[in-house]
Amino acid sequence: MTSSHLVYLIALPLFSSAFLILMGRKADKWGHIFATLISAAVFGVGVSEFMAMHSRAGDMRAVTQHLFSWISVGTFQVDASLLLDQLSICFVLLISGVGTLIHIYSIAYMSHDKDRRRFFAYLNFFIAAMLLLVLGDSYLNLYVGWEGVGLASYLLIGFWNQKPTYATAAKKAFVANRVGDVGLSLAIMIAFAQFGSVTFDGVKAGVHGASPAALTALGAMLLLAAAGKSAQFPLQSWLGDAMAGPTPVSALIHAATMVTAGVYLITRSNFIFDGSSTARLLVVIVGGITLLFGALIGTAKDDIKKALAASTMSQIGYMILASGLGPVGYAIAIMHLLTHGFFKAGMFLGAGSVMHGMDDEVNMRRYGAIGKVMPITFATFGLGYLAIIGVPPFAGFYSKDKIIEIAFNAGGTKGIILGGATLLGAAITAFYMTRLMVMTFAGSKRWDDKAHPHESPVLMWLPMVVLAIGSVATGFLFNSGNSLVNWLAPVLNPNNVESGSELMKPIVVSSLALLAVILGVALAVTKYRTVPVEAPEDVSIFTKVARRDLLQDAFNETVLMRPGQILTAGLVKTDYFAIDGLVRLIGAVVSGTSTFLRRIQNGYVRSYALIMVIGALALIATIWVVTL
Amino acid sequence: MDISNYLYLSAILFTIGAIGVVVRRNAIVVFMCVELMLNAANLAFVTFSRINGNLDGQVASFFTMVVAACEVVVGLAIIVTMYRSRRSASVDDASLLKR
Repeated sequence: MTSSHLVYLIALPLFSSAFLILMGRKADKWGHIFATLISAAVFGVGVSEFMAMHSRAGDMRAVTQHLFSWISVGTFQVDASLLLDQLSICFVLLISGVGTLIHIYSIAYMSHDKDRRRFFAYLNFFIAAMLLLVLGDSYLNLYVGWEGVGLASYLLIGFWNQKPTYATAAKKAFVANRVGDVGLSLAIMIAFAQFGSVTFDGVKAGVHGASPAALTALGAMLLLAAAGKSAQFPLQSWLGDAMAGPTPVSALIHAATMVTAGVYLITRSNFIFDGSSTARLLVVIVGGITLLFGALIGTAKDDIKKALAASTMSQIGYMILASGLGPVGYAIAIMHLLTHGFFKAGMFLGAGSVMHGMDDEVNMRRYGAIGKVMPITFATFGLGYLAIIGVPPFAGFYSKDKIIEIAFNAGGTKGIILGGATLLGAAITAFYMTRLMVMTFAGSKRWDDKAHPHESPVLMWLPMVVLAIGSVATGFLFNSGNSLVNWLAPVLNPNNVESGSELMKPIVVSSLALLAVILGVALAVTKYRTVPVEAPEDVSIFTKVARRDLLQDAFNETVLMRPGQILTAGLVKTDYFAIDGLVRLIGAVVSGTSTFLRRIQNGYVRSYALIMVIGALALIATIWVVTL
Repeated sequence: MDISNYLYLSAILFTIGAIGVVVRRNAIVVFMCVELMLNAANLAFVTFSRINGNLDGQVASFFTMVVAACEVVVGLAIIVTMYRSRRSASVDDASLLKR
């Protein structure tokens, strides 16, 4: 099937972004409303496409649109074409839906910023790039969107770039993402070299006859790309600093959508990972490490946004892990991605609402008892909290429980380790989220008398309420009758692979998970009954390490940055002394010789005559010697 | 008389001319020394013509004389102009090209 409406999904926000930037200050008064309407229009197109898709039969649902022939070299053809199938539509609805809510929220949140129009232009640009990422029908089209969201992320993290630390944070995110992008470009090159095509269909068709080594290399490179974009180990360090951006950006880009692009990439490339168990194992390892890594960082952060960022990292670790478990996991990963998109975006907006009321204070040790003054924020945040820790029947329960279940079912020792890791992760998640809740909303007030926390305006709490409803309902919605899994099955699990042998009954896994959650909550509640305003210094070495993000920056600095600096310093010295030195030496020799030779040119005719005589004599002497 | 003596004479005349060009400052004298060298060459040509028994050398010496006559015209004109402009016929004073 083809459709002619797909292009609007990208063209509308892209046009709006360019328009708002080119209009300049003239658009300051209405730019934010324009951008929000555009975003809502994109959501409308997405919903109508979804309706149309839903009414078609299962194998007729994917639609394509050919835009133009992009690269045409000999037999190598790349078209700029869009593909909207059951997987992309999930993302389209999430991106445009949550995106629109966050546009609305930002109208109020950014109302005091004189650059609000520019902010909205960037947001629209992000929507366009992210939609291109999920709608491209080839890896090359995806790559364009992939770079686009990277740029949007950079621009928005550094939106307040008058603060040097924020500008540095933006740069850090950009550089870390470049490392991942190298992986994606290598993956595209491998795909072209192996299959002669970079479209999803072309690669899928070539996979069956491909060598396992090629598939493993391809999978590993895609994983590297996913690790960069999704802040997975070992490229995770940028996400915490990315919180320098305005909070709506953290909610949209660094929680709900962009950072989940890695999960999209892996699930979209399911045919590659199905062909290589080594690549799947790598994915699982990365996901498992990151989910614990992020969770541990989350336990020690006092900055509310950084705690949420660590939580995001951890939750994406869950998704990556699920997508590494093969056909049974892809749909579950997407389910967790969607529910996470709702509750994490909701919580970030809640955090933004608290900051809005507290004069941009982010230190949770300065909060306390905010639940009383900001009841709506408290309620919506609380629903998101219940969703993320996985209390039934909230959204996170369904998706995370499924992940724990299929992790246990992975089989053998691998299953035990993965299941144990996810279970431990669930307990730590419950601990740090409870800690965050208790420190922010409960207890006694620890803020200055100068601060006057107040409930945020309706434009801010309305999106929070919608997202909170999403965090309550989506899990049930996606899980009733396995609706999401069946919806995605034609794309992700065409052969209907069933989960392997069950290690434990689902009810046992759920009980275990719930037990872990209760343990985590109980521990946090007892531990954070009183919260000192200053962070205690006499803490264990583990806490200190966790406060420093498990030494990720120290590691990067000693292992990567310093040797890099030494290398560049060495290269500069080599260039200066060896290359430039040689050039300078040649110059010195020539100029020294010419200084000497210049003395001959003294302007006296007689000395020239003498030189001629000497020359003639020398010539004759030479001839005489030669003929002798 | 041994014919090679003419060649020795030619060599001596040439050497005197060359030394004169190098050591004398007066442009007229330098000029005369150049003429001396040319004539030394002419003498050598004529002598070789005699030794070889043909007229090639004699013809070459005529050419030399013609060229030398032209050179005298131009050269003397330059020397006179130089003397007029700077009241000196010293070749050492004419070192403007360097500066």
